[in-house]
Amino acid sequence: MGGDRLRVVCYSLLIGAALLGIWQASVAGHPAGKGLPGPVAVARTAAEMLAHPFYDNGPNDKGIGLQLLASLARLAVGYVVASLVAIALGVVLGLSPALYRAVNPYIQILKPISPLAWMPLFLYTIRDSGWAAVLVIFMSSLWPTLANTAFGVVNIRRDYLHVAAILQLSWWRRLVQVILPAAAPAIVAGLRISIGSAWVAIVAAEMLIGGTGIGYFVWNEWNNLALTSVIFAIIAIGLIGVLLDAGLGRLSRRLAWSE
Amino acid sequence: MSVAFLEIDHVSKDFGGVSVFDDVAFGIAEGEFVTMIGHSGCGKSTLLNIMAGLERPSAGGVVLSGREITGPGMDRMVVFQNFSLMPWMTVFDNIRLAVRAAYPDWGRRRVGEWVQRYVDMVGLTGAEAKRPAALSGGMRQRVGLARAFSTEPKVLLLDEPFAQIDALTRGVIQDELVRMWSASRNTVFMVTHDVDEAILLSDRIALMTKGPGARLTEIIPVKIPRPRTRAELIDDPEYLRLRNHILHFLVEAAQRPGATEVEIAASMGRLPSQTSK
Repeated sequence: MGGDRLRVVCYSLLIGAALLGIWQASVAGHPAGKGLPGPVAVARTAAEMLAHPFYDNGPNDKGIGLQLLASLARLAVGYVVASLVAIALGVVLGLSPALYRAVNPYIQILKPISPLAWMPLFLYTIRDSGWAAVLVIFMSSLWPTLANTAFGVVNIRRDYLHVAAILQLSWWRRLVQVILPAAAPAIVAGLRISIGSAWVAIVAAEMLIGGTGIGYFVWNEWNNLALTSVIFAIIAIGLIGVLLDAGLGRLSRRLAWSE
Repeated sequence: MSVAFLEIDHVSKDFGGVSVFDDVAFGIAEGEFVTMIGHSGCGKSTLLNIMAGLERPSAGGVVLSGREITGPGMDRMVVFQNFSLMPWMTVFDNIRLAVRAAYPDWGRRRVGEWVQRYVDMVGLTGAEAKRPAALSGGMRQRVGLARAFSTEPKVLLLDEPFAQIDALTRGVIQDELVRMWSASRNTVFMVTHDVDEAILLSDRIALMTKGPGARLTEIIPVKIPRPRTRAELIDDPEYLRLRNHILHFLVEAAQRPGATEVEIAASMGRLPSQTSK
């Protein structure tokens, strides 16, 4: 096992080095300022940005750390509220097959709509671009959790519900000690998909609304033609995405159970 | 005729217009151990679920100490064939869930002590923190028994409790059931297709014909004094007589049109793993 792991790490590093090499080679022929920046230029920008991640020189010039925090704050609010709503609704639907079937067509219609398509309506109704972005996050993280929760609850083995019925557990106990833990693996799988799509949506939403956030930062740097910053921001977005997913992966392992 | 402690009052059940069993009527005295034997599909587990309050009869009803059963209740606990332990809970928490439900006024400490008592009683001391997935079938059913007994129900409903346990362990756990039941003297209704198990454990054995439209044909008293041990039972003439009687009944029932060889073999106790509900 140990040797295997070492080999995987070696391959991984080699592939990374090869990609960087190809990138550097492909931009090497251009004179400075023309064509895409190479990894060395990006690394230089990254070092500058990471030296002062939280500086604030007014609305159009903030450190990348601040921008990421702004995005994460929006993500947190929209995602947490959406998850609570989705889990509650999913449990209700999962426990009542007739209601599930009645509501399912609407879910199916709403699910494939890009969360960004709602943006004009949100802007028109709440007239606040920051909250409109939060609502976009809400919409993007609602459906996977909702669908997975309902699926998980529908598929709870009847035996567990029988035990709950025989023990005459109160609805709260039944929910907390039987239904939620039984459906937890499915629910967390939904939460994991949701946080991925929410993180994808936030960048686009912030490009539209402007002001703060990593999406706005990318667009602003593009307007400044600062491509090294754009590339570094792209990498940062990817890394944060990995961390968010890893956090939920941990939660999923904690709540997993086998029969 | 006086009304029994647990009265199965002309119960019928049909699914989608097809009768599973029809007009089943018998009584169980307080503290009595009654077993029902029948082929797969005779509806014996369905009858048990009706007694548990998990299903409703199509006609008739079940009356427990003068009150009709309309739903599940803490006065009746079920031990399930597939154990039905919560896989996300430890052994201790599985039993504690039941104890807290049975004694809502008890404090945390008293509940804990009570749970531990039953964990010890079924010989699972040291395995409290394990989850069911880490236990063998036999150990899981010990948790199932501890969970059921810990709530001190008036009636224990055992739904083929040993069917999924390997033959060698089965005997040990049957002995444990007898030991716990001898101390608690709950009224027990068990369904099984294992003839030896029925004779070893029961005061009376109810025989059901094959479904659909199964009927209760007779209830045989087991006049073998307790305590019974497997070793003594083998040479007991009464045991042999009962065993033959029941096996003949099952084989004849199975040889009605539609029965397969597998079912006949299963009724002889040779293929216990192949018969399921």
